[in-house]
Amino acid sequence: MNAVLRHRLLWPAVVLAALLLTNLLFTGTFFAVQMRDGHLYGSLIDIVRFGAPLILVALGMTLVIATGGIDLSVGSVVSISGALACLRISGMDDQNTVSGVVAAAGLGLVLSLALGVWNGLLVAGVGIQPIIATLILMVAGRGLAQLITDGQIITVNSGPYKLIGGGYWLTLPFGIIIVLAVLALTAVLTRRLALGLLIESVGGNAEASRLAGIRSRGVIIAVYTFAALCAGVAGLMISSNVSSADGNNAGLWIELDAILAVVIGGTSLAGGRFSLGGTVLGALIIQTLTTTIYSIGVPPETTLLFKALVVTVVCLLQSPAFREKAFHRRRRPVTAPPAAEEKVRVPA
Amino acid sequence: MSVLVAGRRAVPRKYVPVLVTACLFAAMFAAGGLRYDSFATGQVVLNVFIDNAFLLVVAVGMTFVILTGGIDLSVGAVVALSTMISASLVTDQGWPSPAVIPLVLAIGAALGWAMGCIIHYFEIQPFIVTLAGMFLARGLCYTIGTDSISITDETYTALAQARVDLPGGMSVSPSVVIALVVVLVAAYVLHYTRLGRNVYATGGSEQSALLMGLPVARTKIAVYTISGFCSALGGVLLSLYMLSGYGLHAVGMELDAIAAVVIGGTLLTGGSGYLLGTVLGVLVLGLIQTIISFEGTLSSWWTKIFIGLLLLVFILLQRLISVRRRT
Repeated sequence: MNAVLRHRLLWPAVVLAALLLTNLLFTGTFFAVQMRDGHLYGSLIDIVRFGAPLILVALGMTLVIATGGIDLSVGSVVSISGALACLRISGMDDQNTVSGVVAAAGLGLVLSLALGVWNGLLVAGVGIQPIIATLILMVAGRGLAQLITDGQIITVNSGPYKLIGGGYWLTLPFGIIIVLAVLALTAVLTRRLALGLLIESVGGNAEASRLAGIRSRGVIIAVYTFAALCAGVAGLMISSNVSSADGNNAGLWIELDAILAVVIGGTSLAGGRFSLGGTVLGALIIQTLTTTIYSIGVPPETTLLFKALVVTVVCLLQSPAFREKAFHRRRRPVTAPPAAEEKVRVPA
Repeated sequence: MSVLVAGRRAVPRKYVPVLVTACLFAAMFAAGGLRYDSFATGQVVLNVFIDNAFLLVVAVGMTFVILTGGIDLSVGAVVALSTMISASLVTDQGWPSPAVIPLVLAIGAALGWAMGCIIHYFEIQPFIVTLAGMFLARGLCYTIGTDSISITDETYTALAQARVDLPGGMSVSPSVVIALVVVLVAAYVLHYTRLGRNVYATGGSEQSALLMGLPVARTKIAVYTISGFCSALGGVLLSLYMLSGYGLHAVGMELDAIAAVVIGGTLLTGGSGYLLGTVLGVLVLGLIQTIISFEGTLSSWWTKIFIGLLLLVFILLQRLISVRRRT
């Protein structure tokens, strides 16, 4: 029981449960999941399905934040990858050929990959502070996406492309399957191999880990590339779901939601440790919040206030200092919160 | 100790980033002057000040926060909230402007104070607290109204149209004067008062500052209050510049302010940087905008790409020069 109470994901889970229960109060059939035409339908499935792009972006962001960095450019990468794929598909004679769609999606992902390497080189190679290094691509990337779409909204009418974000496979929405696959891959890579440890050590102290024989630069470039790749996949999903690419608005401010998801999930922005499960929980909380706003009928003018309220509550609940002050709990003997970590900034 | 020789005089290393920024700004201005007619005039520089007076004030507040190692994402939203409150009170409710402006400033400072308290006492990361603050302030804007409210109050319009004449046929708006006063006061506070010392000490190492007996709590809460106050003042200046209040004013201004502070050579980890750098950072961003407007024919997406490229070139040069100087 104590182990459950002290688990670091307890409070995010409590908030998610509370949000879901609120929905249940307003909509009695909220938890119902039906099988219709061989597809699973239901509000819970919808939350995961519409939250899939955010979960993906947040997974990439988790690893970047674990190295003590931050990636503001993911929103732009989302719009670029969707724009390029849609442009390619709209130029095809037959938009329904699978090979053509795969090539177009691949093209979008390759460009995302290249943008991620670019970010990584700016941070690790040149030594620019991550927030500024990725701000460059955040600003220029929006322009790039609009350049690709020529300022228009490109619409496509392609069955195979629609599958990525809007289709079903094995009774589940395809987006959920992609998320599960990426999550499993990331979890294996970081928790079964030494990679996770390396990432955390670079986040703890890049210079010390370099002296210990870790290729800090390589690790940093790898995480930014991974973040951009995740964003690229999310971009394909978002554009596929609406069958169009909007260079201006696709993925707008998704970077803030992703960072929020990561932090709600208990990953410190100072770097040095991360929690993939926490990130998924965080992203689900944000998506559930959006659903809740619609289902309980919060007026559109006050949605942001509502969001601010929930975010504040989640963060307060997660803060040991707040819980101690608010609930007068006994001081825990050994596991006092670690003091503000001394971080020495060195050019990696 | 860490002194390097530039020309004949020895320049302490701590001034190098600011100096590099200053030189690059001058180079950029010269390049603009060579490329465009009537660019290299004093009035162009003054126009950069006029068009960015509000950003300058906001960036000054941001400098305080970043010097302590924190960050404030709420500034853009607080600016928008200030314009919205001013406009709705002045236009819709008919309040006199001498009552509205202090009220707006107090609201901004109170928001900052509240965020500072949450950050310090509940040990929540500033990024998240101020992000929630951003949602809150934007949300409040929309609860006041979703449309743009124009300001027709005489004091506001008079202030907006007034010009302070300078020698040589040049002029600036009163906003610039206010912004410069804010910069001077802030520079005095940072370098000649206890609060300033505490800000640098807290940013250098919060733990050490605490062990030295410095009032870390008061300092941290103070910087967020200052930032909130500066954002509200920036909002007042923006409502003078735009003569309207709107919930979508100043979207993304927090990023501009952070970029200005960082371009000015301040480290996001805190403890190192100068206010002069921030002023130069704002000027660089403003000059980039000016160059683009002189270019004239760019479509909106090329503008964004161009801003990104100029920012990149600037940061790369700054980085290269600083690294070469160090070795």
